[in-house]
Amino acid sequence: MPSRLHRFHGGLHLDGHKQESLARGLEQATLPPQLVLPLRQHIGDYNKPLVEVGTRVLKGETIASSSSPICAALHASSSGIVSAIENRPIAHPSGQSDLCMVIDVDGKDEATPAQAVDPHRLSADDMLRRIGDAGIVGLGGAAFPTAPKLRRGRGNNVDTLIINGVECEPYITCDDMLMREYADEVVRGCGFLQRMVDPRATLIAIEDNKPEAVEAMKRALTAQPLAATEIVVIPTLYPSGGEKQLIQVLTGKEVPHGQLAFDIGLLCQNVGTCVAIARALDSGEPLISRIVTVSGDNVARPGNWEVRLGTPVAHLLELAGGYRHRDESYLIMGGPMMGFALSGDRVPIVKASNCILAMREETIPHTPGYHDECIRCGKCTEVCPASLLPQQLYWHARARAYDRSRDFHLFDCIECGCCSAVCPSRIPLVQYYRAAKSEIRAAQKAQFKSDRARARFEFREKRLLLKKQQDEERKRLKREALQKKRKLPTGEAAASDPVQAALARVKERKKAVQDETP
Amino acid sequence: MLLAIITISLMAGFFGLVLGYASIRFRVEGNPIVDQIDSLLPQTQCGQCTYAGCRPYAEAIANGEAPINRCPPGGQTTIVALADLLDTEVLELNEELGEHLEVPLVAVIDEQTCIGCTLCIQACPVDAILGAARHMHTVIADECTGCKLCVPPCPVDCIDMVPERRTIDDWKWSPPIQAGSSDHAV
Amino acid sequence: MSRVIVSSPYVAPGNSLKRLMIHVLVALLPGSVAYVWFFGPGVIVNICLAVVFALGFEAGILALRGKPVMPHLTDFSAVVAAWLFALCLPMHSPWWLVLVGMGFAMVAGKHLYGGLGFNPFNPAMVGYVVLLISFPREMTTWYLPGTVGGETLGLADSISYSFGTADIGRWDALSAATPLDQVRNGLAQGIPLSEIHGSPVFGAWGGAGWEWISLGWLVGGLYLLATRTIRWHIPLSLLAGLLAMSLLFYLADPASHASPLFHLLSGASMIGAFFIATDPVSAATTNLGRLCYGLMIGILTYVIRTWGGYPDGVAFAVLLANMCVPLIDYYTQPRVYGEK
Repeated sequence: MPSRLHRFHGGLHLDGHKQESLARGLEQATLPPQLVLPLRQHIGDYNKPLVEVGTRVLKGETIASSSSPICAALHASSSGIVSAIENRPIAHPSGQSDLCMVIDVDGKDEATPAQAVDPHRLSADDMLRRIGDAGIVGLGGAAFPTAPKLRRGRGNNVDTLIINGVECEPYITCDDMLMREYADEVVRGCGFLQRMVDPRATLIAIEDNKPEAVEAMKRALTAQPLAATEIVVIPTLYPSGGEKQLIQVLTGKEVPHGQLAFDIGLLCQNVGTCVAIARALDSGEPLISRIVTVSGDNVARPGNWEVRLGTPVAHLLELAGGYRHRDESYLIMGGPMMGFALSGDRVPIVKASNCILAMREETIPHTPGYHDECIRCGKCTEVCPASLLPQQLYWHARARAYDRSRDFHLFDCIECGCCSAVCPSRIPLVQYYRAAKSEIRAAQKAQFKSDRARARFEFREKRLLLKKQQDEERKRLKREALQKKRKLPTGEAAASDPVQAALARVKERKKAVQDETP
Repeated sequence: MLLAIITISLMAGFFGLVLGYASIRFRVEGNPIVDQIDSLLPQTQCGQCTYAGCRPYAEAIANGEAPINRCPPGGQTTIVALADLLDTEVLELNEELGEHLEVPLVAVIDEQTCIGCTLCIQACPVDAILGAARHMHTVIADECTGCKLCVPPCPVDCIDMVPERRTIDDWKWSPPIQAGSSDHAV
Repeated sequence: MSRVIVSSPYVAPGNSLKRLMIHVLVALLPGSVAYVWFFGPGVIVNICLAVVFALGFEAGILALRGKPVMPHLTDFSAVVAAWLFALCLPMHSPWWLVLVGMGFAMVAGKHLYGGLGFNPFNPAMVGYVVLLISFPREMTTWYLPGTVGGETLGLADSISYSFGTADIGRWDALSAATPLDQVRNGLAQGIPLSEIHGSPVFGAWGGAGWEWISLGWLVGGLYLLATRTIRWHIPLSLLAGLLAMSLLFYLADPASHASPLFHLLSGASMIGAFFIATDPVSAATTNLGRLCYGLMIGILTYVIRTWGGYPDGVAFAVLLANMCVPLIDYYTQPRVYGEK
């Protein structure tokens, strides 16, 4: 139990913009005519399709899976016919397309037959397997497959389980709405997690700008008490919801360099993930929907919808009343601080989509033209939650001195955007860091490839040399054997001249035959 | 004056002995700079630099025979890295030897036309072609360095050089553009 | 995809360079008003000339460098540098002194290094020091405040004086050394401090008139702290360093060392602490580094004032500390999250 809360370095107090999307309660989104399900929605390998084009699939049916250790299966979000498996634009900062399974929804929303099993009779390993089969990933935004994460947590002796209901980014209210509506499912999911991971204590962290959610969770916890579980209300500060920062606030510990939370006995899960776990284990329901906030200053009716995965963003925007000013709108998936701009509204909602923002271009300095120079004011250093020196990272990233950027811990940057938001010169710092990280990763890949090519080349040289040596050795042995044969006593002439020796041998044989014939 | 001459001569002799001893005692086999240069080269083994592979080119650079701008597959990035290592000036790529391609090429064998003669297998410097006599040949795309040495030996001209397949994982963020700045892409 | 891909964060910018500079200009007003009150509008002439020359030089060098001129001019950084520079000059300096000083400050002190953000030295101090060394007579011709000397030059006279069209002899009677200078010279001649302070040039704590101007800088500095334009580390450590050194020697020998209050309210101590040393481009960047930087300037200022060759050591102290900034930054890096 935390006796007191700690603070992390830096952070920003941002305008929440939360009330707009909380005005009406949670709404259920209607089914779109077509669902587009990307075959890869998280880190790891692509899922391989299990059904062919033209097959009819039911809601909840597994349509793609992978055998790699870090994976989460993909399920049909509604019943319909698989009309294509092709490249479609997906939610990615590059705006590129990727392989998706497209389902033409038939409107019947027929589900696979229910196969509910009493979860209390399941062993921890069974529960983990079901979570993997249900395709559950972290719903806080990083979308890391939950089953491998929990397996790793089980192996590492988790001391404290942290349930993340913080939701620190402006505009996003999906977790707030989830806690208000499904608090009891959150608690059930939490209970299952406790059974799987067996922590010493559990902390449910919620920011203090969500009093209704706190109340709902308290009521749920009273109705279904859990052992050693406490709801902790933390002060509102961006980015308290980041895993490393939340760990520091709740426990005062820091995750050491190059290590993960497991290594210091901590495991974090989002409240949305808890609900998905509860649904999967209670009723066998796979992950086929999630709550998405639609907000921004350019949308007519902001709110929260429970959406089927694969719904195109355009459909969701229509439910939200469309754009207020159609002329220039900018679509963002995620929050304003860490989200990314979408190439268009055909992009589908995926497991990681927590929010869609429609913003007016004029409120966002998105044209990367001229920016002022860094005046070394140090405001960025004051707000960095990772205690980095963003200024130094900027200078080195700009000079393409990537080794020096790494020395200043470029890869510890969580890309929260606090530094860019306070810079008086309005330098797009996060973009410089992202570009530097991309370049470093690409260079590492190229170096790996060239090292392999060198190894193959050198091996080939060795192989050819060995072959040459073996050939020469063989020839040498043959010559020696030949010479040995010639040394048989068949006359002095034979010793010097092999031809003569051969002729001499033939003569002898003839003589021998002649001698034999009577 | 005589004392000064004797003193300086003795000092020269002493330091000469020290240096001589050091050159024998601390001798390093081979030239480590060649290894360092070689590790910066892309290992395409294509011969576009007019040397018989990456290592001979690295040795030529170490000897001072070759300038650092003769590697088209490495491009300007390699030239900058070499200049940094050797503390010399950055040069522009010698375009006469070939152009630097942003997306490298890989070889693809047209299986309909391949006759299984193994000439390309013998030509590939990194053994990236799989096959045997009178059996189908195929290029292992991940290991192909795009050196094009397999193309001339093929008697039926069935090898094409195509750009490497780029996936969404290869996408890179671009640094912010600054209009009117003195930044230019290296 | 030919659309330009821009990264998060997607927030309306709250801060801007221009706003920062405007805060500084507003903070300079109390002290400047006090200056005009005590010494007449001569300083306004200097400020106007300096601003015009600074913008002119900056526009010229930007054009030569092939960079866009208007965005750089409108961020007001040149205006701030010019204002600070003008405040350091004697109030009735000739116009060419301002020109030479501003030329050096903008061209050699700022743009030859790459422009805003790249200069290792404070440009206003570079200009000032160049003038101090090259034109010692003009730079040490200060004047008495109106409350002591009885009269100050009006605006018209100031302008004509600046452009050399006035009759110099008429106003020579008003020229006098600064209080710091008087203390220096007096102590060098062996006159005890109490006697030196008897002169009407000295007010209650510092020099007459000058002490109020210093208080004006202090008020401006507090405004900057309140608007978070500057942080407290440099002003506090600078004044603490100066206070500590002067207190130490004052307690040891009050007769031949001026009081700490005198040091704090004389010369450029206050304006240096809040406006000059806090120039972000040339100062240290880490918080611990800033404390070291400010302390160094405070101590050096006292050393130069007491044992050096110039009556006021702030400019030189700042430039010396600027030289040490890369080293200070290197050794005062904060601990990163996750590091031992």
